[in-house]
Order: sequence, then structure tokens, then C-alpha cells
Amino acid sequence: MSTTHALLGVLAARGISHGYELKREHDRRLLGVKPLAFGQMYTTLARMLRDGYIAEAEHQRVGGPDRVAYRLTPGGHTELVNWLSQAVPPAAYVSAQLFVKVIVALIATPDEATARSFLATQRAAHLERMRELTKTKTAGGASVTELAVADYLLNHLDADLRWMATTLDRISQLRSEVAA
Amino acid sequence: MSDVVIEAKNIEKWYGPTLALKDVSLVVDRGEIVAVTGPSGCGKSTLLHCLSGILRPDQGSVHFQQRDLTVQSEAARSRLRRTAFGVLFQFGQIVPELTAVENVTLPLQLGGSRYRDAAVRAQRLLDRLGVGDLAGKRPGEMSGGQQQRVALARALVTEPEVLFADEPTGALDSLAGEQVMVELVRLAREHGTTVLVVTHNVQVAAYADREIAMRDGRVESAGRVTVTGEVR
Repeated sequence: MSTTHALLGVLAARGISHGYELKREHDRRLLGVKPLAFGQMYTTLARMLRDGYIAEAEHQRVGGPDRVAYRLTPGGHTELVNWLSQAVPPAAYVSAQLFVKVIVALIATPDEATARSFLATQRAAHLERMRELTKTKTAGGASVTELAVADYLLNHLDADLRWMATTLDRISQLRSEVAA
Repeated sequence: MSDVVIEAKNIEKWYGPTLALKDVSLVVDRGEIVAVTGPSGCGKSTLLHCLSGILRPDQGSVHFQQRDLTVQSEAARSRLRRTAFGVLFQFGQIVPELTAVENVTLPLQLGGSRYRDAAVRAQRLLDRLGVGDLAGKRPGEMSGGQQQRVALARALVTEPEVLFADEPTGALDSLAGEQVMVELVRLAREHGTTVLVVTHNVQVAAYADREIAMRDGRVESAGRVTVTGEVR
């Protein structure tokens, strides 16, 4: 994930903002993405300043040290538009822990029933998370962003489960390949 | 006191030489929303039909509130389906020649209600489901999602104890399906209706409290945690 471009987007949406506001908005808008650590954010902001994507707009003082507020520069806007215009490369290969676990369950367990029992545990965990997300969606009062995040996560969990089901259906085939 | 609404014990169902349900046992508590999932042909619709008294299993028993459906006459089971059960199918199966409100009044009229009284209740439910302004329209004038909400109103208008839904969103796009499921769950929770929803869609199953996963005519997992902590 490009923290630079996420912060450029947040700054474009909010207008002039200081660091804490950017972090808070980043975490709120990108629910489901790991919250931004302050250290990482200030390192990224320093790099964005160096590259001319943002500029210092004003210094604010609210009963403590000075806080720097930033604004998007024309160069930063161009960079954001360029980034948005480029397609994300479809993943060539899955690196998820789940992928490794399922394949290992298939090749390292003594029989189909044992493999299935491991994967049933995973399915139950996925489904529990999907129930939580569905409740978030249906409780009422969710913003469009929150709905979009919930939909994104639900569809990915759904895809995991469908892939697991297909893989289980191939179980005999996979076992014969391993044994060969 | 037991709060079990439906209990199936060791049921089997044959279609000719094919064994569609093999030794299926399960319990469903009052007010539970349960998803029955599994691949095509795993027996989930057959199970729903056995639990709702549409089909009679060849072996085993199905109890609804301590009454064994398998020993009841077809007429008695039919009466039960009109009064205590609501059924919702993938394609709403609402009558194309009738308006929305006429479709929804049907189960009430079959139960002996006067049309005027039935129409008031039907209109109220259509309003709750956001299709009240379509009351005078025929199914051909509605979208798939609207038709399915009318079908849901018809299934719930008798305030059934149990709603059986067979792939209720299967013919809908994802947002229309979501609206149907949201309304289904909301109304069921409000009235304490027990729901069994058959689906191959995990996102639909995620609306339920529990998943009964089927495979090859058997219950693979009933989503209940036993005293030993095993999910079964």
C-alpha cells in the first residue's frame, strides 16, 4: 500500500491539514487498513515535502508546540492523478498465509477428513468475521465509506471461502499429485 | 423448558435409487436464523422441503413444536404450512395475474380472512418493506428485487412461526439481494420468527446466527459448539 498516495488523497479531500488530522482521517477513511503509525506518517510527510508533493501552509499553536499544517501542491495533485490513473497489477501469485495453510493442510494431513476438519475451523472463523461485517452493514447509520469497506472485506472473505471449497473438491486430485 | 422449534431425527429421503438425505439430524431453536449451505445437489433444498412438510422423509422424524410431521396427513401438513410456516423461493412465485396487494392477501384469505381486513394487513407489510407504492402493480411491472419483497411480504403476512427461504436472493443482483436479506432479518428479529434459509452464497449465510453445512446428503457441520468445544 502506498502511504504517500493515501496521504495525498486524504489531503486532497480535506484541504489544509496538520499531521494529526491526516492520520485520523487516514485511519477513518481506510478502515480495515493497518492504522498509520505516527513515526511512519512523519517520515512519509518529510519525503513528500522533499519531493514537492506538499508544502507547509501554516504553523498552528494550540497550547503546545507548533503544529505544521500542510497543503497539496500542483505537483502533488499531478502525482495523485497519475497514481489513480494506473491500474493496480492483478496479483500474479497469492502470498497470503491462508493459501499456504490450506495447501499444507491438503498435503500434510493423513486423510481427507482431517484436512476438511482443519479447513472447517478456518471456514468458521471466516464466517464469524463475515457475520460481524454484515451486522456493521445492517445496523443502520453506516457511512458510504464504511459500507464500501465492509463490502470489500466481505467479498474477499467470500472469495477465500469459495476458493477453499473448490480446493477441497479437488482434494483427491491434489493428493494423487502429491503422492506421485 | 425446551425452546426447540424444529427437530429432525435421522431422516432419509430417496429419489428413486438416489439417496438425497442420509441420516440427517438437527435442532433449531425458537427465533434462530439458520443458514443451510452446501454445493449444488448436496440435499439442502430437499432438507428444507422435509422440514417444512412439503416432502415426507422415507425414514426418521421431523418434529415441529413436538408434533411429528411425518405421521400427519397431507391435509394437516398443508394446514400447518398455511398457518405456522411461511415459504419464500428463489423466484418469488407470486401470481403474475394478481397485483402485489392481492398476492399478499392470498394466504390470509385461504385462512378465512375477509379481503378488506387482509388488504389492510398486506398494505401495512408492503409499506414496511418499502414497496407500498407498488400495491396496485402486477409482478410484470416490478423489478426482480421488488417482486421478491412482495413475495417476502406474502410469506410473512400470516406471522408464521417459521420462515423457510430457498435461495431467496439467488435471482437478484447483490444490492437487491442485500435489501431483501436486510428486511427479512429485520422483520424476523422483530417478530421472533425462526428462519431457515437455504443458500450456496456465503454472504447470505453471514446474515444467519448459525450455519448448517451440508455435503453429499449429510450434515457436515451444524455450527453448534458441544460441551467439549468441538464445533458440530
